[in-house]
Amino acid sequence: MTEVRVCLPESNLEEPWTLAAYESTGGYQAWRKIITEQTPPEDIIENLKSSGLRGRGGAGFPTGLKLSFMPRNAPGQKYIVCNSDESEPGTFKDRDIIRLNPHQLIEGMAIAGYTIGATVGYNYIRGEYYEPWARFEAALTEAYEAGLLGHSLLNSDTSFDLYSQRGAGAYICGEETALLESLEGKKGQPRFKPPFPAQVGAFGRPTTINNTESLSSIPPIMRKGGKWFADLGVEKSGGTKVFSVSGHVNKPGNYEVPLGLPFKELLELAGGIRNGHQLKAVIPGGSSVPVMPAANIMACTMDYDSLQQAGSALGAGSVIIMDETTCMVKMLERISYFYYAESCGQCTPCREGTGWLYRVIHRIRNGQGKLTDLDLLVDMANRIEGRTICALGDAAAWPVQSFMKHYRHEFEAMIQSDKAA
Amino acid sequence: MATIEIDGKSLEVENGTMIIKAADEAGIYIPRFCYHEKLSIAANCRMCMVDIEKAPKPMPACATPVADGMKISTLSERAVEAQKGTMEFLLINHPLDCPICDQGGECPLQDQALGYGKDVSRFTEKKRVVEDKDIGPLIATAMTRCIHCTRCVRFGQEVAGIMEMGGTGRGEHMEITTFLGGSIDSEVSGNMIDLCPVGALTSKPYRYSARSWELQNHDAVSPHDCVGANLHIQTLRNEVKRIVPRDNSAVNECWISDRDRFGYEAVNSPERLTQPMLKSGDHWEVTDWKTAFSKVVQGLQTEINSAGPEGVAALISPLATNEEGYLFQKLLRSMDCDNIDHRLRQVDFLADSQQNLYSGAELPLEKLSTISSVLLVGSNIRKEQPLLGLKLRAASLGGSKIYAINSLDYHFNFKLDGALIVEPSTVPAALAGVALDVSRIVGTDLPEQFSAWAQLGGNRDVYSDIAEVLVADSAESLIILGDSCRQHPHYSVILAISNWIREVCGVKRIDLHEANGVGLTQNGCVPKNSENNALNLVSNPRSAYLLYGLDCVEDSIYGNVLEDSLKKANFVVSFSAFKSESMNHADVVLPITPYTECSGHFTNVEGMTQRSNAAALPRGEARPGWKVLRVLANQLSLSGFDFVDLNDVNSEMENTISEKPFEYPHDIEITLPDKHNGQDSNKLFHRIMDVPIYRVDPLVRRATALQKTADNSIRPIAGLNVEQAREFTLRDGTLMNVVTPEGNGISIQVQADNRVPVNCIYIPAGYIETAPLGVATHLTLEEV
Repeated sequence: MTEVRVCLPESNLEEPWTLAAYESTGGYQAWRKIITEQTPPEDIIENLKSSGLRGRGGAGFPTGLKLSFMPRNAPGQKYIVCNSDESEPGTFKDRDIIRLNPHQLIEGMAIAGYTIGATVGYNYIRGEYYEPWARFEAALTEAYEAGLLGHSLLNSDTSFDLYSQRGAGAYICGEETALLESLEGKKGQPRFKPPFPAQVGAFGRPTTINNTESLSSIPPIMRKGGKWFADLGVEKSGGTKVFSVSGHVNKPGNYEVPLGLPFKELLELAGGIRNGHQLKAVIPGGSSVPVMPAANIMACTMDYDSLQQAGSALGAGSVIIMDETTCMVKMLERISYFYYAESCGQCTPCREGTGWLYRVIHRIRNGQGKLTDLDLLVDMANRIEGRTICALGDAAAWPVQSFMKHYRHEFEAMIQSDKAA
Repeated sequence: MATIEIDGKSLEVENGTMIIKAADEAGIYIPRFCYHEKLSIAANCRMCMVDIEKAPKPMPACATPVADGMKISTLSERAVEAQKGTMEFLLINHPLDCPICDQGGECPLQDQALGYGKDVSRFTEKKRVVEDKDIGPLIATAMTRCIHCTRCVRFGQEVAGIMEMGGTGRGEHMEITTFLGGSIDSEVSGNMIDLCPVGALTSKPYRYSARSWELQNHDAVSPHDCVGANLHIQTLRNEVKRIVPRDNSAVNECWISDRDRFGYEAVNSPERLTQPMLKSGDHWEVTDWKTAFSKVVQGLQTEINSAGPEGVAALISPLATNEEGYLFQKLLRSMDCDNIDHRLRQVDFLADSQQNLYSGAELPLEKLSTISSVLLVGSNIRKEQPLLGLKLRAASLGGSKIYAINSLDYHFNFKLDGALIVEPSTVPAALAGVALDVSRIVGTDLPEQFSAWAQLGGNRDVYSDIAEVLVADSAESLIILGDSCRQHPHYSVILAISNWIREVCGVKRIDLHEANGVGLTQNGCVPKNSENNALNLVSNPRSAYLLYGLDCVEDSIYGNVLEDSLKKANFVVSFSAFKSESMNHADVVLPITPYTECSGHFTNVEGMTQRSNAAALPRGEARPGWKVLRVLANQLSLSGFDFVDLNDVNSEMENTISEKPFEYPHDIEITLPDKHNGQDSNKLFHRIMDVPIYRVDPLVRRATALQKTADNSIRPIAGLNVEQAREFTLRDGTLMNVVTPEGNGISIQVQADNRVPVNCIYIPAGYIETAPLGVATHLTLEEV
């Protein structure tokens, strides 16, 4: 199996982040065509719907449908926002998309903005991503100079302004409404829904927020058609997906492959497990999704439905590979610490629960665990899941639930051996 | 309308209503912490989880709108499990210090923990501890108890209009705190104490002085302003321990101002008078009522015999109840004396020549929050009438346009769409400027008598802006005249011009009164002959004075004039609840009770008369004023004073005081703007005066916590225009000499004040220190 690159640039392209390189591969053709032909937005949405493109940020919501929710003819300013606040542990795909292919994201945002009637877009980039941000800024300058962004584009009535905004290091700002709060200059805390951003978004105006990879997928879909994209993948999971493979593999990195690829083949692409070790477990979608034991994941294909049926999720395609040397207690302790540190503190179950979860796991690892702690952990996780304003609560709960489901014996062993000693 | 079912009970509710509201209205209880009817929805406590049929998970009732056919259960296993889950999380880091927490017994967390918590916690880790804060003299904090519901934050942002509290930090380390550790300075900050569902924010003056279940509640009405906020006075063993709001949607909703809440500290102060006293030489002797009364009777009769009834002058505090006012004036008039007034902060009484003196609000106060446009004239409404300030803020958030003509650029808690800041003497001229533009719009000529004023006001764009807005939706427009109008040397001109605008375009008007000014006016505490007004009574010395509830220097703006007249008088009686400077000039002091120990009625500016009940027995030998007046009248052998109780007084009042219709003076003879008596005006500064919020009455001046707030300075501080302050080598706190044209001067701290317009100096009244300046409108300024 080899990669199929849609969002990432072809590997033989030199300096793919420049306008010239991007245009040499057909870049901005779709945007120019839309401006000159004034393509009806309904056609764009139909095209996207037929492509089967689903949100690549983790939730997997159909992108075409999301764009169709915007009241495009409602008076007043509307916004398109790109969520490049990629912060989930294990995820680093958007970094490469922005670093290597910023123009495709710009074109994707322009087309999406046109579709929903937004003349202004913001790309909210994770604060730590300095190089990608600099590349994106440079690309913006090129695009403005080439007349592809700005006012009265190609002598039409179409206008589109695009700005970047750097985050300040909070994981929670990857949650779309917290991102909007942060974008508005406030403390990054999720808003409760309803109202949804499509009604009340950035600066109180209707707003659509999409993931970097979703938006970057739009220009090729417009050029080559929805069917082409859909056919790349499998049913209900159209197109390709950039998987960030990390952990105990020989060649960690980003691999863009068609959805529906067997996990086995993705593992081979990444060079297989290091030094002849055995695969123990995989977290297939970023630290928040449930962990899968080796046997389960080896039977899966990498697409939305297959992983969901197997009790986990595709998430953002962040595949964390663990071999048999991994201590699952230590792993869960580290994951729990992350959510404890990153909870925004707004709503009760997450603010109080994440710290409690972490402390109990930390105690177990320090030899002070009790067997009753294990039921307590599951019970606590159940009381956080689904009870919070945003999904951070779920993200903190799922690892605990799944680690307890599949690796409870490791926790028990640690508690009992500590007792014996 | 949507048909929904909560716990099997079928309900018809408006579409879009949140489930919790629908449940509340149907009397179905849903536990909650962050939700509050008057605040925006935060949905952060997650206590109000309910089970909705077909929903995949429990939903927060406060943030889930109803939908037709929705079936909701607040008691199902899934709902209760979710509520219990939240309660467990809330309690893990909450200290178990209920026995030493002031909130204990009236704590939503304590109550709901009983229903949804467990007796033993599964949490065995260390509890979070939060460093305590000092946020000022009114609110005590124990932030370890905070459950981060953000009610206090939202109250500041939304209702009070000044964001003093906020959340810093993330996750478990989130803290509710003030910006950079500053103090809470809002004039309505105490409401945060009521809003806080735990013991994180409690009342500092009340701290550790009682338990909530020991307290007795008494329904009362606040006397401090003309709103008439409804209060619960809470007492323990005959001592007032604290005051909390009593809901009244027509008046104060569920809020009260800090003045209403903390003013009670005065009634427990060591300055209370508890015995009748007689002056003997240069010291005071305690006496009994009988002796005191006979001394008063003897003194009064002597003076009346020698100087006639006109020789007696009676001045009453605007904080007095209607009954006290009624009996006070009846006592005077029974002796054929018309020398009675309560308006000691007014200097222009020309409008009195009209028969009718009563003017208040032309619309219910609750309408203020939905009015479409407002012109404020001479008012710092936020500090004068804090609760009306909140209503204007609500109006402003709803899109109302608010304009102001003021002499100080006050910091309001609402947005001004336009403001004109001019020296005080130009305020009537500016209003005339607006009137001129109104006349152009409605096509009526401006009466000639206003033209000279309009000329003085010049041409300004803001006049036409204001005029257009007032005329455009005149039935929903309002002119508010504030304290600075009432204190203005041309109050009658302001009244007349505002009245003309009102008549030609139909806008409404509110003439804000001091305290119970409307009630006292209705009940006869104004002279029938305008010549006998307060200023004349004070500046033309009489041989006998009756002072009722007054600190004679701070409670008038006449400065030392009253004091001088008292010195010259032969006989002075002071009815007072407190020892004060006034006592120095009195011959007899009769101890009366403040409103906490005296039942009676107050009439607010809207004309709504509300009963306030005594909450405690009188201290020592002090007695409610109406009883003292009744007995004194008997001692004076005046007839018609045979009242047995307050109801007797009331029924006579109702028969005597006819409901007065709204009629405004409009053909007053207009005084023309004065030129500065030939002096070089460059050297003269216009004096801007107001009475600061915690200097207005004898109670707040003795409320120790209020005196420590940022809104109050113990000694007066003058403010000078920032540019002009540079001409002097001014550092904050520099002492300067301020002198009136008559040569009366004081030394006062002066600081640059960005609210003060050019050629003006702001010097507050309500202080003994500034009294020598009296009502002088122009002052010279010299470096010391």
